[in-house]
Amino acid sequence: MGGIVLNPYLPYPVRIDNISIETEDKNLKTFRFVFLNPEDEEKFSYHAGQFAELSVTGKGEIPIGIASSPTEKGYVMFTVNKVGLVSSYLHAMKEGDIMGVRGPLGNWYPWEQMEGKNVVLVGGGFAFTTLRSSIVYMLDPANRSKFKDIHVIYGARTPGMLMYWDELIEWEKRDDINMHITVDGTDDPKWKYNTGFVPTITEQKAPPGGQDTFAVVCGPPIMIKFTQPVLDKLGYSDDHIIMSLENRMKCGIGMCGRCNIGKEFVCKDGPVFTLKEISETPREF
Amino acid sequence: MTIVQIDKENWESSIKKLFGAYRLFGPVKEADFHNFKQLEAGQLPDLSCLNTRLSPKSIIYPQTEVMFKYTLDENEEDHHILKEVDKDYSPQAVMGIRPCDAKAFELVRLNFDSPDYKDPYWLNAYTATTLVGLACESPCKTCFCTTAGCGPYHEEALDVLLIDHGDQYWAKVLSDKGDAFVTAAGWTDAVDEQPAIKEIETKKKTAEDKISAFVKTDNLRQVDTNELYNAKFWEEVSFSCINCGTCTYVCPTCWCFDIQDENRGSQGCRIRNWDSCMYPLFTLHGSGHNPRGTKLHRVRQRFMHKLKYYVDKYDAGIQCVGCGRCVRLCPVNIDIRRVCGYMNGHVASAEACEV
Repeated sequence: MGGIVLNPYLPYPVRIDNISIETEDKNLKTFRFVFLNPEDEEKFSYHAGQFAELSVTGKGEIPIGIASSPTEKGYVMFTVNKVGLVSSYLHAMKEGDIMGVRGPLGNWYPWEQMEGKNVVLVGGGFAFTTLRSSIVYMLDPANRSKFKDIHVIYGARTPGMLMYWDELIEWEKRDDINMHITVDGTDDPKWKYNTGFVPTITEQKAPPGGQDTFAVVCGPPIMIKFTQPVLDKLGYSDDHIIMSLENRMKCGIGMCGRCNIGKEFVCKDGPVFTLKEISETPREF
Repeated sequence: MTIVQIDKENWESSIKKLFGAYRLFGPVKEADFHNFKQLEAGQLPDLSCLNTRLSPKSIIYPQTEVMFKYTLDENEEDHHILKEVDKDYSPQAVMGIRPCDAKAFELVRLNFDSPDYKDPYWLNAYTATTLVGLACESPCKTCFCTTAGCGPYHEEALDVLLIDHGDQYWAKVLSDKGDAFVTAAGWTDAVDEQPAIKEIETKKKTAEDKISAFVKTDNLRQVDTNELYNAKFWEEVSFSCINCGTCTYVCPTCWCFDIQDENRGSQGCRIRNWDSCMYPLFTLHGSGHNPRGTKLHRVRQRFMHKLKYYVDKYDAGIQCVGCGRCVRLCPVNIDIRRVCGYMNGHVASAEACEV
């Protein structure tokens, strides 16, 4: 019997190499994984915007966006919000523990299409992970010249809830990326960045839309809801607004049947869609 | 193509020969209904069965199936690393499967055998399986196969088609797998082909004429997804539904599944189980948000998947073979034929005019 060689459900075994707490509420932790079999890293070749199933042996799997960039070698990195059974257990695990990573899964941001264009990244809360991947990818010396102006609008509730703080400050200092960090509110008198919701800051800071400019939007539903009219007003067409969706998933390969929005599976046909594509679906997300 | 005849008096002895070559499955009577079971050596498939209560999908796609095993015991070298499990993919044959249930595997295959990913469990089992169908002579009132891309003598997905012919069965060989099966059974008595084909055509026509239920599907592709999604009739269609999931459980073309880890002490396995779009947990996010939070959402998802999304995605007709099980077994009489009629006949502007 000619058996199927590749089992798409089998995760690559990994070791937790580093765990860091991202936010003041300690609900977000970043996990850095090293592949137990070095050749698996090659097989796990990915693009910014893709996700993977983190497989916590004995508990289950969760679909999480890849926070590291394809330009960062030797490890893969994920930032995980503590929510359910698997993520809560993962938060209690320690460096050196063995688990699995299955992927990369899904499509990615349209990097080829965005070459030679302005890129505006709009992110809110803990949905910033694949945008972090994207920034590191675009700022890599081998890639920066492929893109025109880069703008990043990133907001969280408070300064302590902003992820990747050290990197945000590094990027703030650079002149080849325009950072617009914002918080909903703060009583810190030394806060020197923006204050206000992401849609408001987007309206103030984002460049006007046009054929040469793409907006990539990643955030909670409420942020997406209020950012969309702002981008419309700024002249972004619906095929230049790129969004990354989330839905409950199991298989991650378009087979188990639960994450569809109309005929599209968020796991396989997405998670990245243009607003135009999303509008043609019943938007069940 | 060969057609062989088997005298019914030799039937039992030829089936016995097959046990050496195949794991045999067939309809078996349980209480007051039939289901497909693995036959014990010498046991005969009950071909008097009209159709089984459950579809035979579990023979290829078990209701629960181990995917991997692992140990959580850190003293063992490979702890927390998932390992493949041994599976029996030796040849198996399903005898007496109805043409509709066989065709269902073809429809489901489009999901598990995609250009991007291959599901090894489903595909290995499917490849190991020979489908020996039994033509329907007297379809049920609820059967609507002829307008669901199928029919009582439909050969498309079968390896052998058995036809009841008085004191004999005729076996029409339809594939290499079928050829091997017929050989293993020792069925070598070929009939004169031309008159036989003619007679089968007549019997087929007679059986098809007995089908009394129909669906219209010609307009499903053209109708706009979002207009259909927002149609008012979903309220009425879903009103009586109790989200029991019987329809998805008995359906030969429903394939949705869940994946879970199950531990016993320090040992465990990752398993997959049939799941159902009728259940709220199916789509519940960790945050508590549920994109299909009401039963209207869930009922609509089931019919939209079968009769619109699938149609659009694969261009291979509807994801339904007209077996009628969901119609017969729904406790609140929701009827896919009626819903298909609503969907196929949907005109958004007409609905907008209703006051």
